[in-house]
Amino acid sequence: MNAVLLAADGVNVAQNIGFGIIAAGMIFAALCVVSTKNVVHAALWLVVVLGGVAAQYVLAAAEFVAVSQVMVYIGAVMVLFLFGIMLTRAKIGEESGLNNKGWAIGIPVAVVLFGLLAWAVLDTYGDDTIAEPQLTGANNESTVDIADRVLSPYLAPFFGMTFVLLAAAIGAIVLARKD
Amino acid sequence: MLAAEEVQHALDLSSGWFLENLWLVALIPAVAFALIMMFGKKMPNGGSEFGLASMAASLVIATGAGIQWMARVNSGDAEEGGEHAIGLLQTFGRSLPRASEGGEVEPFIEPVVTSWVWWQNSGLEFGIGSFADGLSVLLLWLVAFISLLVQIFSIDYVRDDRRYTQFFGALTLFSAGMLVMVMAENMVQLILGWEIMGLCSFMLIGHWWEDAANSKAALKAFFTVRVGDIGLLVGTAVIYFASSDWIAENSPGANGFDIAAIQAWALSGDSSASGAAILVGATALFIACIGKSGQFPLHTWLPDAMAGPTPVSSLLHSSTMVVAGVFLVARIYPVFWEAFNIANGGLSFIAIIGAITIVIAALLAFVQDDIKKVLAYSTVSQLGYMMLGLGTGAWLPAVFHVFTHAFFKCCLFLCAGSISHSGSHHSFDMKKDMGGLRKKMPVTFAAWCVSTLALTGVFPFAGFWSKDEIIDNVGNNGYTVLMWVGLFGAALTAMYMTRSTYLTFFGEPRGAAAGHHFEDHVGDHDLTVEEHEPELAMAGGPMVDVHDEPTPRSLSAAANVDTVDHGHDDGGHDDHHGEDHGPHESGKLILVPVVILAFLATFSGFTNATPLGESWEYVKKYVEPRPVAVAIESIPHSGPGEGVSYFVPGIAEADEGDEGGDHGHSEGCGLTTPPEGSACFFPAVTHATPTLAKIALSLVVVAIGYAIAISFCLAFYKRRDKRLVGLTERSRVARAGHKFLVNKYYLDALYENVIVRAVAHPIANAAYWVNQKVLDATVDAVGEGGKRTGQWVYENIDQKVVDGAVNGSGTVASETGHGLQRTQSGKINQYGGLLFGAAAVAAIVLVIVNVG
Amino acid sequence: MLAANFLLLAAVLFCIGVFGVIARRNAVMVLMSIELVLNSVNLNLVAFALMNDDVDGQVFALFVIAIAAAEVGVGLAMVLLIYRNRRSISLDELSELKG
Repeated sequence: MNAVLLAADGVNVAQNIGFGIIAAGMIFAALCVVSTKNVVHAALWLVVVLGGVAAQYVLAAAEFVAVSQVMVYIGAVMVLFLFGIMLTRAKIGEESGLNNKGWAIGIPVAVVLFGLLAWAVLDTYGDDTIAEPQLTGANNESTVDIADRVLSPYLAPFFGMTFVLLAAAIGAIVLARKD
Repeated sequence: MLAAEEVQHALDLSSGWFLENLWLVALIPAVAFALIMMFGKKMPNGGSEFGLASMAASLVIATGAGIQWMARVNSGDAEEGGEHAIGLLQTFGRSLPRASEGGEVEPFIEPVVTSWVWWQNSGLEFGIGSFADGLSVLLLWLVAFISLLVQIFSIDYVRDDRRYTQFFGALTLFSAGMLVMVMAENMVQLILGWEIMGLCSFMLIGHWWEDAANSKAALKAFFTVRVGDIGLLVGTAVIYFASSDWIAENSPGANGFDIAAIQAWALSGDSSASGAAILVGATALFIACIGKSGQFPLHTWLPDAMAGPTPVSSLLHSSTMVVAGVFLVARIYPVFWEAFNIANGGLSFIAIIGAITIVIAALLAFVQDDIKKVLAYSTVSQLGYMMLGLGTGAWLPAVFHVFTHAFFKCCLFLCAGSISHSGSHHSFDMKKDMGGLRKKMPVTFAAWCVSTLALTGVFPFAGFWSKDEIIDNVGNNGYTVLMWVGLFGAALTAMYMTRSTYLTFFGEPRGAAAGHHFEDHVGDHDLTVEEHEPELAMAGGPMVDVHDEPTPRSLSAAANVDTVDHGHDDGGHDDHHGEDHGPHESGKLILVPVVILAFLATFSGFTNATPLGESWEYVKKYVEPRPVAVAIESIPHSGPGEGVSYFVPGIAEADEGDEGGDHGHSEGCGLTTPPEGSACFFPAVTHATPTLAKIALSLVVVAIGYAIAISFCLAFYKRRDKRLVGLTERSRVARAGHKFLVNKYYLDALYENVIVRAVAHPIANAAYWVNQKVLDATVDAVGEGGKRTGQWVYENIDQKVVDGAVNGSGTVASETGHGLQRTQSGKINQYGGLLFGAAAVAAIVLVIVNVG
Repeated sequence: MLAANFLLLAAVLFCIGVFGVIARRNAVMVLMSIELVLNSVNLNLVAFALMNDDVDGQVFALFVIAIAAAEVGVGLAMVLLIYRNRRSISLDELSELKG
């Protein structure tokens, strides 16, 4: 799928090749996440997917989001997952019955959904090319822009976010503590 | 990065290392705080050595800065006074100096500003740094000095306290916060320091939080000040937005937070600086000062704050932190000057609040039995004087009063601490546990007397020079009524101080002062320890430093719990004075600071002895900014850490008149608009010319106060005069007045019962009422209506008409339901599958419909 | 680069995530699948930011990351609670809602 698109493009080969390789790896890893029989392996494959997403962010000139992705997901969320797995005493190893009885119904649903999304995307953006992302390392304008946006027009959502995080932290403590 | 470049100023003003590295004064205590918290417990003296060393270092730097500032002023004067003045003006782009009375020229001495960019947002830069001018250098030195003495005092005073390390940590952090605020070069930094102080005040008042009264007092102080602090934020924001345009136009490097820029803006005569905005901003800022400086009606927290250890009371709640509000007004005085129209004798909010505070606090001091509360109300009253001075244009006397008041009030508090530590066995109750201590504690008694004389303004002690200056200038600026209020307050001061002096040091020893309390106390000592043992293990667990020799420390900690039971007790029972029961003189570490302060309380007034002639007015010369219009040309912001100058003084239009020292002037900074392209940084305040008659008047007033009070004390406390004893029982007026005072004008009751209740209860009640009456009634009505309708439908339609049909369809529905029941599996995955599947199908349908 | 690249990749991830949500029985695995879905949305947001040359999309992506962190925290706490009460985190045993 992507190979076809790559061939049709050819604006920046290196970038497209990079995208393709990472994308292929991500899709493979994502499939492993939902198909492996080992819970810990699933978590580790998820790391690959999330790292790939971070790499795609870098390609899309969103360095700050990429760094946040690495720190929040790979740094924090994955640790949470691993602790969750350990604390729920999942078997470290293969486990039968990780899937539902009716798991097969997921396949048609996913395929139909993908067909629909792909059709919508190609119908709308099929021929659009995007401007060369400026991979500026030193003069990182986008980070400054993000800071300005977050602290000026999106200040209220930002504050809202802080309350959500606080509530989530307290909620998680209340739920998980033993008393 | 740290070494600031020698800044080349327009005028060859001398500068120096200390002035340019003034930020070290605040940084050193901040670092010391971190060291105390991290390593304090491991140090042989529990971390106090860090605090003392840092305060000593700060004091050295502040002293150096003071000397260099004086040299700078002198160099400016010499430069301008010379015959080559005009030549220099053009060369260095200086202002035209104004001619003072003596024909000398007094140039504007540019402050030494050093600044770093702290953070920036959308091109708006917030600096942090130091702003060295006379006012800040004076107060930096004062804070460092008093802090050092109080820390020395505390070594002995809180020895063996279980939170000894935390105590010194908070004390040092407080000093850092105060120093940050005093040297603030912009409002954001000022707020930072202000809030650090508020936090430390909370921590230190509640130092013995095991006692509910203490933690309540801490909370009260915190919340009351917080009410005012909202004013600080609002005021800063208002001033920022009001001044932004003018500042952006005239000084692109600066913004509406920079203090120099705000000063220049306020006096610019620009339309933005004379409308409602500046009035709102100044009022909001002054509300913050009311909270912090304990002015009426938010003064109620300050006396309660005396629940903290005595060193805290003497440092925070008398000499330094509470003058933060006064400092704020003095720092951006042009704003208040313009907003309240002080120049033209406007009856300002500040002056009125100050005057009210003087009298009501002084009256309250009469009914206190707790020696520290007397001093607390006295502090409130003296802060009222400072505010009165600022509100009436007597800037210099007010600042000078801050300076002298710090010495004698701190000394009085330390004396009170010394008494409770060694004389009255940790009690502060003058009526129960003191009396006749003058022979037992001669040094403390002498220091107390000197400070009392200074406080009441007796010649030649410090308070005389500052307080009388305020009163004199208030009258001179045309506020005759307020001047009499000030004089009345001075008489009251003399009276309540006489009362407390008499109760403490004269008469028969009572209670602990006679040694009684002590024996009783020993009796129940063990009991209390036992009682509190389990509680200790829990509450004091992490605080008590449990290492190899647990006994002495935990024992003294236990003793502390016991002190807590006495309410106003101070901590650290000294087991070392276990043998000699009864009052005795305190140790050296306590007496040395007391004596130093008493010395300064005697002589510090001579630093600005106006009545002795102009050559004695050192504070005026070095501290008061010169009200000179200086031409401004903006320069770009310099690099980080370098000296910055938002306004380079250039040559001003030569139209300055004689806005010199005489009153009745009508021109000058703050009175007329400065010439185009120039700015003023300080208004032309007037200075009263002292006359013998005025001095005599105030001394006579004080003498009358003393005479009345001494004769009353002798009659009431010594001879138990029948006409006076029991007066409050016999006379209704006296009883009502006494009750009114004892209840502190019912302000606490007003706040707690009326305001809090008025706010909290009606909302709750209204919500409940709405809930009960409106919502429930609606629901009930709807339910009732539904029930009736249903009944009717049931009886008429359902039963008769539909029943037959329903029975048939019911069967069908039941069948369908059973069929669909299988989808209601309760399994999340299945629901998810259905959800996404249904979404996909619906989307496909939509696509087909739209595309087709 | 074609605009559709990022969007198609996101669509693939999204559908894989949806499959995971439907197919998995272990609650932790379901949460992981939800992470896949959220990440695909983020990828879309960043791609739109790139296409419109506007950082608003990145800002929203950051918000989503923060929300996702909160969601995982609460979600895993709930899983832990369920495990403690039932000694199992198998979702098909949680069927109190069965009609």
